[in-house]
Amino acid sequence: MQQKQRLTRSTAYFIPYTLWIVLFVIAPVLLLIYQSFFNIDGQFTFANYQTYFASSTYLMMTVNSVWYAFLITLATLLISYPTAYLLNETKHPQLWLLLIIMPTWINLLLKAYAFIGIFSQAGIANQFLSFIGIGPKQLLFTNFSFIFVAAYIQIPFMVLPIYNSISELKPSYVNASRDLGATNWQTFSRVIFPLTLPGVKAGIQAVFIPSLSLFMLTRLIGGNKVITLGTAIEEHFLTTMNWGMGSTIGVVLIIAMVIIMWLTSGRQPRKGLTK
Amino acid sequence: MKKLISAIIGLLLVCGLLALGAQHLQTSAGSTGKKVLNLYTWGDYIDPSLLTKFQKQTGYHVNVETFDSNEAMFTKIKQGGTSYDLTVPSDYMIEKMKAAKLLLPLDKKRLTGMQNYDPRFMNLAFDKHNRYSVPYFWGTLGIVYNDKYVKPGSIKHWNDLWTKKYRNNIMLIDSARDVMGMALASMNQSMNTTDPATLLAARNKLNRLAPNVKAVVADEIKMYMIQNEAAVAVDWSGEASEMLAGNSHLHYVVPSEGSNLWFDNLVIPKTAKHFKAIYAFLNFMSEPKNAAQNAEYIGYATPNLKAKALLPKAVRNDRQFYPDNNTIRHLQIYQDLSPAKVGLYNDRYLEFKMHH
Repeated sequence: MQQKQRLTRSTAYFIPYTLWIVLFVIAPVLLLIYQSFFNIDGQFTFANYQTYFASSTYLMMTVNSVWYAFLITLATLLISYPTAYLLNETKHPQLWLLLIIMPTWINLLLKAYAFIGIFSQAGIANQFLSFIGIGPKQLLFTNFSFIFVAAYIQIPFMVLPIYNSISELKPSYVNASRDLGATNWQTFSRVIFPLTLPGVKAGIQAVFIPSLSLFMLTRLIGGNKVITLGTAIEEHFLTTMNWGMGSTIGVVLIIAMVIIMWLTSGRQPRKGLTK
Repeated sequence: MKKLISAIIGLLLVCGLLALGAQHLQTSAGSTGKKVLNLYTWGDYIDPSLLTKFQKQTGYHVNVETFDSNEAMFTKIKQGGTSYDLTVPSDYMIEKMKAAKLLLPLDKKRLTGMQNYDPRFMNLAFDKHNRYSVPYFWGTLGIVYNDKYVKPGSIKHWNDLWTKKYRNNIMLIDSARDVMGMALASMNQSMNTTDPATLLAARNKLNRLAPNVKAVVADEIKMYMIQNEAAVAVDWSGEASEMLAGNSHLHYVVPSEGSNLWFDNLVIPKTAKHFKAIYAFLNFMSEPKNAAQNAEYIGYATPNLKAKALLPKAVRNDRQFYPDNNTIRHLQIYQDLSPAKVGLYNDRYLEFKMHH
């Protein structure tokens, strides 16, 4: 009897969660898929998908989006892994972690505007370049600045999961590896890295997926020199009001994200996925 | 069974709560009390002290809500559930709203002060005989340049932007219609053309401008130009006037061969409820003194001739913002194009953005 009661209570706890998922995850995705089958006059059609896959513009944009998301993820990973590793060696890792997470408390737009100030012609970065004798350079509206700012914004989301998996790593494994005569590099590549791979994968998911659809930064920092699918979606929903086409691009993005999830969530660690 | 019942009850409860919330939201989107006027306008597009003055004079409290694009405003009014009394669409959007039957005609008998307006800006194609709209502000699309980098007078026409010396030094406003329109005007084509070949040619011409384009940005363009980030920018006159106020090296030119002429007019959407307040407000804003005060605060060009006469001499004789008749004759107003044609403009524009 008591057990049955507990059971109903635990299902009751699930109701808010299920409702949330249904109302704000499943329903919007279904709506998006539904919308993508209608043209601008409200007729049912597959033409949006035909347009998408027949247009070199959209295909180029897809390649661009994936390429930039890859570069952002790579840059983030290269900075985050050593950071997370060193963090684990410090005396007060929680304090350092807090400092790394702190920038996420600030609104994304504010951070973008701060970078505009830093990278502009008369900004601090250029003042420094002039001071050391290189002279002012065009920093804003370059691929470099776009990837730099995007990576800056994503780093906390990469550091956290990697830090967690490194701190869970038992030091005895490392000691055993050394006792058996492995070099530092062998210890890292054969023991530490494979064991922390789940954290790396979680970080890649957390960074790559939002990076695919970045659109505010492409304009503010990239000056629309970097065009991703997010830009096209924004335009279709706000200017052309072609919601069908906008939804189609949205669906393609979701599929791309599902593929990434699937690639990075394999149970057995596969080689070559996290290069 | 029990689980199912509790799940159903939970669902019903949430639905009920959502319905209540929706109702609450609908009533709060624009108050429905007696002595109010719900104005739906662009951000920072009216002098706040005029609103206090209006309330003092007439007793009507003005609730201001803002939008940031014609399309967003259109969608919100079309979806209903709001109670806006007045809104300020641009020319082509007035046409579109009229076609969608979202506007109420003006009762001319209740309007005073219509004779204050410049006849050049009345009875235009987007609203014949001003059946639906009262002019609010007007302006142009043009070129802003910084005299630190550009010799004054050396930029007079759109084609001047294509010269090599502005390499990586031009900023464009991120708007398909305006950037494509600029290319069309430079080719002496109509800025309302729907001919695919002409639009393709315009895109090809824009692609040749690409090496000169430093960035395609939106509102930030003001900040960049004030900070001397680029030598030249293509933007609307309203934005330009704010830039000029922030940096004395900046100048604004409207190419005499043609450019866009835009209007923002006051209209009564279908959702309106407080008609006494609406006409009191329209008449209040038509009064020369109030229109002049508003124009001085916003910095845009007023279509109210009597108000213009009240502006300081330096403002009303400023050829940058009140261009001469010869230039005005060559300006073109955007027409409301069908969604498919708007799509055509946007596709070509997106291709240009991909290219650069």
